[in-house]
Amino acid sequence: MNDILSPATDWELGSMLASLSEEKTSVEILGAGSKRLMGRPPKADYRLTTSVMRGIPLYEATELVMSARAGTPVSQVEIELAARGQMLAFEPTDLGPMFGQAAGIQTIGAVFATNQSGSRRISAGAARDHLLGVKAVNGRGELFKSGGRVMKNVTGYDVARGLCGSWGTLAVITEATFKVLPVPEDVVTLVFAGLPDDLAVEMMCAAMGTPYEVSGAAHLPASTVLRLEHDSLSRAGQALTALRIENFPKSVAYRKTKLSDALSAYGTPFELDLENSLNFWGELRRVSVMPAGSTNIWRISTAPMQAPKIVYGIARHMDVRVYYDWSGGLIWLETPESADAGAADVRRAVAIHGGHATLIRADRAVRDSVEVFQPLSPVAERLTRELKAAFDSHGILNPGRMYADV
Amino acid sequence: MTSIELPEPDKSILRRRDAIVADLEAMFSPDQVISDEVGRRAFETDALTAYRRLPLAVVLPETTKEVADILRYCHESNIKVVARGAGTSLCGGALPAEDAIVVGVSKMNRVLEIDYPNRTARVETGVTNLAISNAVAEEGFFYAPDPSSQLACTLAGNLAMNSGGAHCLKYGVTTNNVLGLKIVLMTGEILDVGGKALDSEGFDLLALAVGSEGQFGIITEATVRIIRAAEAARPMMIGFDSAAKAGLCVSHIIASGIIPVAIEFMDKPAIEVCEAFAKAGYPLDAEALLIIEVEGSEDEISERLAQISEIAGELKPTTMVVSSGPEQSERIWRGRKSAFGAIGRLSDYYCMDGTIPLVHLPFALERIAEICSSYGLKVANIFHAGDGNLHPLIMYDVSKPEEAEKAEQAGAEILKLCVEVGGCLSGEHGVGIEKRDLMHAQFDKKDLAVQTRIKSVFDPKWLLNPAKVFPLDCREDPSVKPASTGEAA
Ligand SMILES: Cc1cc2nc3c(=O)[nH]c(=O)nc-3n(C[C@H](O)[C@H](O)[C@H](O)COP(=O)(O)OP(=O)(O)OC[C@H]3O[C@@H](n4cnc5c(N)ncnc54)[C@H](O)[C@@H]3O)c2cc1C
Repeated sequence: MNDILSPATDWELGSMLASLSEEKTSVEILGAGSKRLMGRPPKADYRLTTSVMRGIPLYEATELVMSARAGTPVSQVEIELAARGQMLAFEPTDLGPMFGQAAGIQTIGAVFATNQSGSRRISAGAARDHLLGVKAVNGRGELFKSGGRVMKNVTGYDVARGLCGSWGTLAVITEATFKVLPVPEDVVTLVFAGLPDDLAVEMMCAAMGTPYEVSGAAHLPASTVLRLEHDSLSRAGQALTALRIENFPKSVAYRKTKLSDALSAYGTPFELDLENSLNFWGELRRVSVMPAGSTNIWRISTAPMQAPKIVYGIARHMDVRVYYDWSGGLIWLETPESADAGAADVRRAVAIHGGHATLIRADRAVRDSVEVFQPLSPVAERLTRELKAAFDSHGILNPGRMYADV
Repeated sequence: MTSIELPEPDKSILRRRDAIVADLEAMFSPDQVISDEVGRRAFETDALTAYRRLPLAVVLPETTKEVADILRYCHESNIKVVARGAGTSLCGGALPAEDAIVVGVSKMNRVLEIDYPNRTARVETGVTNLAISNAVAEEGFFYAPDPSSQLACTLAGNLAMNSGGAHCLKYGVTTNNVLGLKIVLMTGEILDVGGKALDSEGFDLLALAVGSEGQFGIITEATVRIIRAAEAARPMMIGFDSAAKAGLCVSHIIASGIIPVAIEFMDKPAIEVCEAFAKAGYPLDAEALLIIEVEGSEDEISERLAQISEIAGELKPTTMVVSSGPEQSERIWRGRKSAFGAIGRLSDYYCMDGTIPLVHLPFALERIAEICSSYGLKVANIFHAGDGNLHPLIMYDVSKPEEAEKAEQAGAEILKLCVEVGGCLSGEHGVGIEKRDLMHAQFDKKDLAVQTRIKSVFDPKWLLNPAKVFPLDCREDPSVKPASTGEAA
């Protein structure tokens, strides 16, 4: 049970999975293991990590493209990119800290396998939108590739993107090729204080509907603001709603004025300069306001304007902490300890108002007993099972990690 | 151009034609079923006009339920189905077969809901691409992917092909702009994926469905992202005495951290034809022309264009013209957008669609010229330079079969070249029948098996859009059933 396989090459991984498949022996797939405590507890005979498969075989800054081996830590990818003034525009969320781990250890393969996208998702797209191609090994032990290194590619089905969000249940990504973007020259954050959730979301949606290219829109109610690490912000004592603008300096100066004018009905914002902006959005990337602990954490994805209704619907039944990202489209919600982590109420609110909910953190016993991922419609469930069989005929990869029997 | 093999129609289906048509007429109203020869002729090809096949019949459903009815019927009766939008596919994606029923979504063209606060529009997929932008224009919004065929092509076709356009450099292609789909499977089951939320749940079925070339199901509705348009946009033209310099210019701009909304490239033959046609004011002395557009307020635009001019200036361009206003901008874009039409007036042409890594641009253009001249054919190049998506237009005379054959061969060589330098066969037009047999150049057997098994999940009988995308020998032996799930661990 303690055996950890750590293949160094695609070929080695392929032969390992081929023989495991032949023996019908299951295996839990890990990068750095930062998200191991998330999801349905896997029940596997072996563990396998991609962490030895590291390195950056291709980085063509003028073509905005990089390829990295799956086990490369995101922090290393970002150091390489920063040296050429570039970045992962989708700002992958780092869930490590909420599970008591160091920040920055997660691997690039896992970022795509779980489609981790942070605040800039709202303007730049999700992790899956930046993925151009993969090399991978499926549960049959077959090495395959999909997509490529060019920005536009519709040759064959989009299998690479299809692996995003499959949590290692279909294939093990060994190398990802993805689009990167220049780091903006300047950043400013406009912060509105004291708005109730529904007005804040309305304001963020209005901001997103302006031509000023807001690249982050998050709202923290007062009870969550308290938890910010940022000293002066955490002492604000009231709700904060933040809008990020990024571009060259003259443009940022122009846009912040226009945006404040357009939103004047919601109050007069104060400003975070470049450094403070980086700190604040960096905290959101680490989900710092939901620190390590024993409470339950949900991640709810919905139409932005529905978000406050979902939160009110749940808060009627229990004491919650919450913050909104993606102008409301993403809700991070903390619920108190309970037998089902609040699943019944969370799922009901989501069923009424639309969207889907994933239980990110809970006791093992809870994750064993409630659905962690959003239950699927019967047709989607059938396709999900059949896709699983198409990639992994003996069901050896992360069995039960997302859904029972998948 | 007729060298691509199309399978022999299933005789048992052809024999049942009258009975099948009678069934269709019982299921649908008279204006929804086209069975006479003249009517069917209108559907016998798409924009790859060298290939024509008269379909068994054409059905034009008006609701998702009707689509489910016809698919269930075809599934039960083992009849093949070819979905159709506007029929502008350039790769034979919408080419019918004699033993197949064409199901067209053109009657399903309503905009169902526009939601500005959440920035989404829900539409029936028979709506044209441009109609979506038009429906939201009064509030200053637009739907971003903008294929040059946007006036005619439908969202259905865009979804099936994952279409792109000139402004995709900044805003992404179709798959990046779709949030939800309603897909009718061959069994008549209706699959709803995603919605107004930014992420969809479970496996990314949306990613698989977009770009599946009508082989997974018929998409009847979609929720797409709408985006607030920039305050203004302005193009500039930069001419160079060599394609290599134009390529370098693109690299330098991107390396400097500037991502324009669009960077379009034309070579000399293309410049000449477009200028003659559209009087866009293109420099006739240039070997290569870049059209670069940036967006923002007037001041932002001026600053950005000044930076770009400075970068380009170092490469000693032969011309550098910033558009002086909306009228000139319109002319500059009109020239580019009418390029296919303009060349079409001079000659028949075969439009290629490979993508290459930008570093190989000068080499690739040189090779393309060599390949075409070795066949005695002329070629013009017009393409989306920001993302390396080439569109060589090979000119030939359709009335000369041997010339058509040569064009097809030259095209295949060009696409293989794209793969050899690290690119791909198709950047936005799709595989269809046209590039089907070249798939082996890009993918090995296992890569293809991974894809064909997904096809088998969505359409186990392989009835949807037959003989497209995969070489004909690619379908895994269906008797080798995948093991059922859940038996391990
Ligand atoms: C002059 C010209 C310029 C073009 N410029 C561009 C360009 O800039 N960028 C670009 O990407 N393409 C371009 N194209 C190609 C073409 O317009 C696109 O591929 C377009 O998306 C096809 O849309 P359509 O409605 O015509 O689809 P059709 O040609 O009718 O069908 C295309 C494919 O979609 C499938 N399909 C149709 N409806 C459905 C449905 N409801 N559900 C599932 N599958 C379905 C069909 O089976 C077929 O495989 C151009 C074509 C022309 C003729």
